[in-house]
Amino acid sequence: MASLISDNEQPSMTINPNSTAHVRKKKRFSSSSPSSSASISTESHPRWRSEKQHRIYSAKLIQALKQVRLSSSSSVTSSPTTHTRGKAVREAADRALAVSARGRTLWSRAILANRIKLKFRKHKRPRQTVIPAMTTVVTTGTSRNKKRRVSVVRLNKKSIPTVNRKVRVLGRLVPGCKKESVPVILEEATDYIQALEMQVRAMNSLVELLSGSASAPPPI
Amino acid sequence: MSGRRSRSRQSSGTSRISEDQVNDLITRLQQLLPELRDSRRSDKVSAARVLQDTCNYIRNLHREVDDLSERLSELLANTDTAQAALIRSLLSQ
Repeated sequence: MASLISDNEQPSMTINPNSTAHVRKKKRFSSSSPSSSASISTESHPRWRSEKQHRIYSAKLIQALKQVRLSSSSSVTSSPTTHTRGKAVREAADRALAVSARGRTLWSRAILANRIKLKFRKHKRPRQTVIPAMTTVVTTGTSRNKKRRVSVVRLNKKSIPTVNRKVRVLGRLVPGCKKESVPVILEEATDYIQALEMQVRAMNSLVELLSGSASAPPPI
Repeated sequence: MSGRRSRSRQSSGTSRISEDQVNDLITRLQQLLPELRDSRRSDKVSAARVLQDTCNYIRNLHREVDDLSERLSELLANTDTAQAALIRSLLSQ
């Protein structure tokens, strides 16, 4: 899985100082990305399906996770709760995903913008946790989304036709699309779903790798 | 044609957009969903169904990412040698 690190778009990888810069071809690895459905339905957005994109994202993810690890291990004990650590990992993963999108999509820009804004807001007013578009990334979205969804449905039960209502709900799920028009939301959703799928695949393979190496250290 | 236009104008203030465009986008979305992709009888799957399934699918993906994040954080935190082992294994393979 040396191709996990090397890619021809990012020559300055800290993980990979000298060695595997040679491997730049888009090979198929049986051990990497479990059945990335790169072949079948790549009509609209092939980039989230490609092996290359998978490698790029995995590399970025590993970098980000290393930074997360360092910051959490330098803080006091080994347990801030699992949830805060998990959230930090999730944020790092989302951020890496957004960066991999190269700023072409709305949701990726929203993720990156929200993180910066949230940092500032956190310093100023630590109590203020309910900012609609902001907390999409930070908090676990489900509880907050449920509250929002109920309020909208109660207000506009019959004035919005079904399709539009559902598109609004969809827009709240995709980061940064709460106030967009219908076709924009749909377009963003298609891209976002594929990106999420890739994120899941990459994190899965990373978990497998880590649990495999934790149990049995590999021969050097 | 005029009926279509008036319908789209009634539905919400923002839709100067054609129904065809929206339907096309929804079709593309449908092809992404794993459950609707295989039984793709495009006439019989309503837009609302596609959207509902999309929402559910995104929520599922979010939940999966959250679970994976927690597992990853545990794995990363548990062993200090995990980092070295990871780098070694990545470089060696």
